[in-house]
Amino acid sequence: MKLTLKIWRQKNAQDKGGIVDYPIDGIEPDMSFLEMLDVLNEQLINKGEEPVAFDHDCREGICGMCSLFINGEAHGPDRGVTTCQLHMRMFKDGDTIFIEPFRAKAFPVIKDLVVDRSSFDRIQHAGGFISVNTSGNTIDANTIPVNKEDADKSFDAAACIGCGACVATCKNSSAMLFVGAKVSQFALLPQGKVEATERVLNMVHQMDLEGFGNCTNTGACEVECPKGISLENIARMNREYLAASLKG
Amino acid sequence: MALDSKIPHGPISDKWTNYKDHINLVNPANKRNLDIIIVGTGLAGGSAAATLAELGYNVKAFCFQDSPRRAHSIAAQGGINAAKNYKGDGDSVYRLFYDTVKGGDYRAREANVHRLAEVSANIIDQCVAQGVPLAREYGGLLDNRSFGGTLVSRTFYAQGQTGQQLLLGAYSAMNRQIGRGKVKMYNRHEMLDIVIVDGKARGIIARNLVTGEIERHSAHAVVVGSGGYGNVFFLSTNAMGSNATAAWKIHKKGAFFANPCYTQIHPTCIPVSGDHQSKLTLMSESLRNDGRIWVPAKLEDAQAIREGKKKATDLSEAERDYFLERRYPAFGNLVPRDVASRAAKERCDAGFGVNKTGEAVYLDFAAAIQRYGTEEAYVKGLDANDKALVIKLGTAIVKSKYGNLFQMYLKIVDEDPYVTPMMIYPAVHYTMGGTWVDYNLMTTIPGCFSIGESNFSDHGANRLGASALMQGLADGYFVLPYTIGDYLAPDIKMGPISTDLPEFVEAEKAVKDQIDRFINNKGTHSVDYFHKKLGKIMWDKVGMARNAKGLTEAIEEIAALREEFYKDVKVPGSANEFNQELEKATRVADFLELGELFAKDALHRNESCGGHFREEYQTEEGEALRDDENFAYVAAWEYKGKPSDAVLHKEPLVYENIKLVQRSYK
Ligand SMILES: Cc1cc2nc3c(=O)[nH]c(=O)nc-3n(C[C@H](O)[C@H](O)[C@H](O)COP(=O)(O)OP(=O)(O)OC[C@H]3O[C@@H](n4cnc5c(N)ncnc54)[C@H](O)[C@@H]3O)c2cc1C
Ligand code: SF4
Ligand code: FES
Repeated sequence: MKLTLKIWRQKNAQDKGGIVDYPIDGIEPDMSFLEMLDVLNEQLINKGEEPVAFDHDCREGICGMCSLFINGEAHGPDRGVTTCQLHMRMFKDGDTIFIEPFRAKAFPVIKDLVVDRSSFDRIQHAGGFISVNTSGNTIDANTIPVNKEDADKSFDAAACIGCGACVATCKNSSAMLFVGAKVSQFALLPQGKVEATERVLNMVHQMDLEGFGNCTNTGACEVECPKGISLENIARMNREYLAASLKG
Repeated sequence: MALDSKIPHGPISDKWTNYKDHINLVNPANKRNLDIIIVGTGLAGGSAAATLAELGYNVKAFCFQDSPRRAHSIAAQGGINAAKNYKGDGDSVYRLFYDTVKGGDYRAREANVHRLAEVSANIIDQCVAQGVPLAREYGGLLDNRSFGGTLVSRTFYAQGQTGQQLLLGAYSAMNRQIGRGKVKMYNRHEMLDIVIVDGKARGIIARNLVTGEIERHSAHAVVVGSGGYGNVFFLSTNAMGSNATAAWKIHKKGAFFANPCYTQIHPTCIPVSGDHQSKLTLMSESLRNDGRIWVPAKLEDAQAIREGKKKATDLSEAERDYFLERRYPAFGNLVPRDVASRAAKERCDAGFGVNKTGEAVYLDFAAAIQRYGTEEAYVKGLDANDKALVIKLGTAIVKSKYGNLFQMYLKIVDEDPYVTPMMIYPAVHYTMGGTWVDYNLMTTIPGCFSIGESNFSDHGANRLGASALMQGLADGYFVLPYTIGDYLAPDIKMGPISTDLPEFVEAEKAVKDQIDRFINNKGTHSVDYFHKKLGKIMWDKVGMARNAKGLTEAIEEIAALREEFYKDVKVPGSANEFNQELEKATRVADFLELGELFAKDALHRNESCGGHFREEYQTEEGEALRDDENFAYVAAWEYKGKPSDAVLHKEPLVYENIKLVQRSYK
């Protein structure tokens, strides 16, 4: 396949940045999107130019490190996948592909296509945990049975990989899907109930401090989420938040 | 220097308890005066950071990703073992201990493995208390499944995303400590050297990967939990960033490197599809619970399939060779990984491979779909003779167990594994070798500890499935917190360690010099170019099967490649910025040394055991032929300037509780 890539290049956080065109040839449908970028980078290096910086690690859709806004969509045109799982068979010979970083105030650009998503971590520091001592004197795991349905739902929420596609795709740059998933995971388990009130208040407070926008129920996040995190989690977080606000 | 493994005296089942009863403790008020650096925040480093902070130490944790939650551990699929015996199928601490020692082909240290089995049950309790949503049965209790190499069901799991959930559990525990200010987290930082003062580990040199700044960090002890080195093969199931730098740098400063040649080749990975490939994707071993592995029984059929003239589904049961079930009737498809991998390679080498390159076998779910579907039809009172219905019901059950793995396969291969069998082939997965540690998890550098996949300790020559997660968390949550306290007890009055000491200045200079050398090298090839070449030598000559001739060649070729690398590598950009090529260059430089030691270790070990298969040493039936008389030891290498000059130290392995016997799964 022969393609024209239009890639966002930005030297560092201060640089203004802009789109640069890169024609590329010999791309196989079996390649992943990131392998296609590897091929481009190899060519750039051989020509003495600087390769395009992009984030990635596991390359199997689980670490949440890869990002990329491809032709206006977070993680590109395929559904339910991350960029590293996107394959070139989704494109046609002769296509032009726009590649940009995830854009949001709370995700500043570090370089080219790499953004800083540590705001997600700070939300987690504010309450994304159960305060149990880690030195192993806990009760036997089977003493608290958990309804299978609740456990499965909790797992579904916990499957969020923290990629930030929900934020990038939202017109308000809201982080509600991510935070909703985190709150839900614990809210659904008996172990998480004890601190539920402070947890949701603190996490939502931190989310606001980080500069994420508000949710206006457009649902774009759910559509772009590679892990199928559902809007139900936002609703649950709102209920938890309301209950917590009333309490204290 | 003589190796002292510091194994406590007494009966095996009392060693750990007695040890804990007699170690030095640090009073909580004094822990506040002690700093610990942890390199790596995967399962091992993350759980250690959280626990040590909980105990009161000041922890500084480092990882090269943008968040601890993205460490390679996140990718682990299948599950984590624990001797809970919830199923009542005969599991016990002893049986887990026994299976692990046997599975490791009797090349692991008994005392460590027993301790691991002892604390395993605790890990599950801990994780569940932290809110890790492990799979449940309808009654609300925890579910289990079985894994290769065992006859009991002791593996706990969270769909095919167990590592993710366990890591998020450890990460949440860390978050709590970060929020309290007890853990200081350094994301996007890479440790590039260790600093040793008066013979003790007292700090590290790290590069801030965003700004390029070189930083000095001091502490009273340094813990390395930097994961494995499978990426020395370039193609592996490891995350792209996984590297050996931290482990290799401490090796160069005095930490012995043990059993580098013990590499696990995992039998169920998606086969290589072309030259552009950047990594290999694992299909969890748990699939072997329900999938049957086969190749065509006749060469003509295999050829017809390769040429696209026949499909897998065209062959009847009688035209298939279920080679694992045939060769190993007791364990069948659930033989350990090394055995399954070699058996698949043997069939492919004999011409029975089923993909274009002839390097794939089938993993087939048709029988499982049929079985589950029929059962479900009975349960629901539906017509069990309705073929389409049975398939539909069975498919739904298989989907609920392995859905994400099937989806992953579909995306990569573009074929639906519910309909046609998956194609799989062995790939480099896990490294059982690593820094040598004693019973305290301390390396041969006082004050420098190594945990999780970066140490060599518990798996011997082969790791059974679902044991790496267990070891990582055992080390971090339950073992290191005791042993490090014992080490630190005399340091309570020491006060903070200055980073102005000459040792820090010197180490920082060495790091900067290496970086400048790369940036100013006006070479012609990218880092990946060299990494791929190294990977090819490793796979061809130091891979699944090795022989003396190939290994001797590999040693020379790697040394030559290393020289070429330093002359001819091209690293664009500058040192003082975000520079991914520079990151890769420093890592590949270390792989180019490690690879040579790896081959040297494989060459000296004149036996076959576990993941180390020397073609010269096999039984008539093609099974690994161990030599306990001459090789029942840990090979611990001391660095002497060049990998070729490395000096071998032997830690004899004494088996007092488990008899050394030929490993059989027949
Ligand atoms: C696809 C896959 C599936 C697996 N499935 C299973 C399974 O089902 N069950 C099982 O038991 N095991 C499984 N494993 C193995 C298991 O996941 C690993 O062995 C284990 O997670 C390793 O954990 P770790 O904490 O030692 O290292 P890692 O998780 O690799 O963490 C390494 C850490 O070190 C950091 N680091 C490395 N070098 C540096 C440096 N120089 N400076 C700063 N930081 C550094 C990294 O940033 C990272 O935080 C699987 C592995 C793979 C690849
Ligand atoms: S909710 Fe979905 S899109 Fe948002 S961070 Fe989590 S996985 Fe990514
Ligand atoms: S690189 Fe890990 S999710 Fe894409």
